[in-house]
Amino acid sequence: MKRRDFLKNTAVFVSGVSASVAALEWLDPQKVLASRSDLRWGFLVDTHKCVGCGFCVKACKVENDIPVEANVTRTWVERYVIKKDGKVLMDSPKGALNGFTSEDIDQNQSGMKKVADEEIAQAFFVPKLCNHCDTPACVQVCPVGATYQAADGVVLVDRKWCIGCGYCIMGCPYGVRFFHPIENVADKCTFCYHRISIGGGNTACAQACPFGARQIGNLRDPNDPVTKVVMNQRVGVLRDEYGTKPQVFYLGLNKEVH
Amino acid sequence: MLKPHVWRPLFVVIGIVVLILLFRMVYVPSDFGVQERGYTFGYHRLSNEQEWKQFPGKYKDSNYCNDCHEEKVASLNASQHGMIPCENCHGAAMNHPENPEQLAIDRSRELCIRCHSRLYMPSSDRNDIPGILPAEHNVGIECSECHNPHNPSLEEM
Repeated sequence: MKRRDFLKNTAVFVSGVSASVAALEWLDPQKVLASRSDLRWGFLVDTHKCVGCGFCVKACKVENDIPVEANVTRTWVERYVIKKDGKVLMDSPKGALNGFTSEDIDQNQSGMKKVADEEIAQAFFVPKLCNHCDTPACVQVCPVGATYQAADGVVLVDRKWCIGCGYCIMGCPYGVRFFHPIENVADKCTFCYHRISIGGGNTACAQACPFGARQIGNLRDPNDPVTKVVMNQRVGVLRDEYGTKPQVFYLGLNKEVH
Repeated sequence: MLKPHVWRPLFVVIGIVVLILLFRMVYVPSDFGVQERGYTFGYHRLSNEQEWKQFPGKYKDSNYCNDCHEEKVASLNASQHGMIPCENCHGAAMNHPENPEQLAIDRSRELCIRCHSRLYMPSSDRNDIPGILPAEHNVGIECSECHNPHNPSLEEM
C-alpha cells in the first residue's frame, strides 16, 4: 500500500467513525441515577409469620369492593404440606377467605386428603398478591393502553379503557388477574393505591395482618424496613425465570412454591 | 390516469379514514400518552392514577379507633389479643360513627378458628398458637360464652 493511499484510507475511516459516534448520546451515570423516581413500591412477605388466618383476604375484598362470596380475589393464601416421602400437597380453599380451619387438604378431583402429623416434613402458608413486576408481561400485552405502570412501579387497570379482552389475564405468569364480576373489566391488586398514596398509608391486607407477615415499603429508600430486609437478608421471588422482575419478596421461600 | 370508477370508492375510503382520525381526536383524552415508564409499560391515561387514588377506603386502622375509644384501645393493646387490629373482629370502620353508627361485631366460631383450629404446621408460626379441634371442642356454642375475646386465657380470667 502506498503512503498516500494509507493516509487517505485512514482519513476516510476516522471521519466515518466520528460521524457515526456523534449520533450516540453520552450518558452521565450520575444524571441517569438522579432522574430515577425516588419512590418504588415493593412488598415483603414473611412466610414463617403467616398462620393462614385469611384476615388479609377478607380485608382486601371489603376494602376494594370485590364481591366477598364470588370466586375471585386480589390476594389469597396457599397452604403447602410437604410429606416425608417428598409428595407436595397444596390448597387454598376460597383463597383462604375464611382462613384454614380444617386439616383436610382440597386435592380437586381426588377429593379431600388428610395427612397424618407424623407423615408431614414441612407445612407452611404462602400469601400471594400481584408482584407489581418491573417488566410486567400483563402490561405489554394490553392492546388499548388500559393497563399500565405508574412512575412509582404500581401496575393499575384503567376501568374506563379496558375492553375486557382478557389478554392480560392470560399474560400474567402468576395468575393474579381476573374479571371483575360487577365492573366487567380486568381487575387486580393495586397495592391499595388509595391508601399508600396518602402519607403513612398501609395496604388493607398488611394492616389486617396481626403477625406482620405482610409489609409494604419504598424500595428506593435505604432506611425503609422493607428495603433493609430485601437488601440484607435471603429473600426470594416467585417465578424468577419468567424475567418479569417481580417486586414482591418472600422470606422463607421453598422450591416447591411457584 | 385512474378512471372515475376507481376514484369514487377511493374517495369513500379516504373519507372513512379522515372520519376515524377526527373521531379519535375527539374521543381520546389529551392526557393519554407515553408517561414516565416509557412506551412499553407507561402508555396510559394519566388522570386514571388520580382516579385510583380517590377510591373510597373502608378500613381506617386502630389509631382511628383510638381517637375516641382511647381507654379501651390502651387496655386492649396490653392484652393477649392486643396484636389483632380492632377492625378484624369489629368490622371495617368506614365512616363510623356517622355511617354506620354501630359496627357489627363478628363473634362467630368461624372467626376464632381462623387461627385457633389445630393444624400441624411445623414450619409455620401457626404451630405456636393454642389450637382446638372445632368438631370436638364445645360444638354449637360461641367461643365468647367462656372466653373473653380480648383476654381469652381461662386461667387468667
